[in-house]
Amino acid sequence: MNSSQRGFRIFRFAAPQVFYPLAGRLAPWFAAAAVALTLVGLWLGFVVAPTDATQGEVYRVIFIHVPAAWMSMFIYLVMAFWSAVGLVMNTRLSFVMSQALAPTGAIFCFVALWTGALWGKPTWGAYWVWDARLTSQLLLLFLYFGFIALTRAIEDPRRADRAGAIIALVGAVNVPIIYFSVKWWNTLHQGASVSLTKAPSMATTMLAGMLVMAFAAWAYTLAVTLWRVRPMILERERHTEWVGEVLEREGGRK
Amino acid sequence: MQWESWSQFWHMGGAAVFVWGSYAVTFGLVVLELVLVAQRRKETLKRLLRWRRALGKDGSGRQSAPLESEQ
Repeated sequence: MNSSQRGFRIFRFAAPQVFYPLAGRLAPWFAAAAVALTLVGLWLGFVVAPTDATQGEVYRVIFIHVPAAWMSMFIYLVMAFWSAVGLVMNTRLSFVMSQALAPTGAIFCFVALWTGALWGKPTWGAYWVWDARLTSQLLLLFLYFGFIALTRAIEDPRRADRAGAIIALVGAVNVPIIYFSVKWWNTLHQGASVSLTKAPSMATTMLAGMLVMAFAAWAYTLAVTLWRVRPMILERERHTEWVGEVLEREGGRK
Repeated sequence: MQWESWSQFWHMGGAAVFVWGSYAVTFGLVVLELVLVAQRRKETLKRLLRWRRALGKDGSGRQSAPLESEQ
């Protein structure tokens, strides 16, 4: 088999009637992984990881704060990626994918801000400060809201797809700004404790708990996005024979 | 093990409001999201099935006679 044939086989999964049942089969596995990882992560975070020498117990917010913040940025980049694919290759499933990701990204973005506020009060003395990291993260939340509102407000799906894709692509510029804000500006928010280039500046068990929770957030995002995208695909493809069959099979079931 | 008792665990060294406030809201949003996604799926299946029946498509997936000629 040559490589172009193999490439064609991979693209087969981009066909809605192939992707729909595949998503349905994969989602429960990702959900199970998310539950298992969360349990391990919480055990590491609350039982194994020691009390922080300077912050005491309040630092345990980190096990959701950092994974949620990472996920909120990563999901936005994935949305921008699918939007670009959709615009370039004119594949409609790509736009649907980016729209299915948006609510989960918005939730993680809110969680990052919320947990950050609750962590900021006891450590900085303020729930909120207008520093570069916090402000750019708040902007990300508004970009999510803008994307969701715009794609839902426009009736014509083709125009909604394109308008959303433009917000996703333009807004993606904000993600590196969030990430590097703690380096570029003098922020109250601390710099990265974990980076690819240097050893992490935290206890190994704390780091392990945080990373396991980050994987849990990944697995959760995959599960919930696959569940959300399925009815969206049916909606888009409702004129086709295969959706008719799915509806007769699944719609009658209680 | 960092904790000598459950009450000490829930007390979180005096930071209970901040720690549990973070975890509770996150957990609540996750549950809410899952419920909304499940509702959306049910609602979509129902609506599309109604739409399909209204178009006069039968269960076999073939197009039956148009509605006008049935009168």
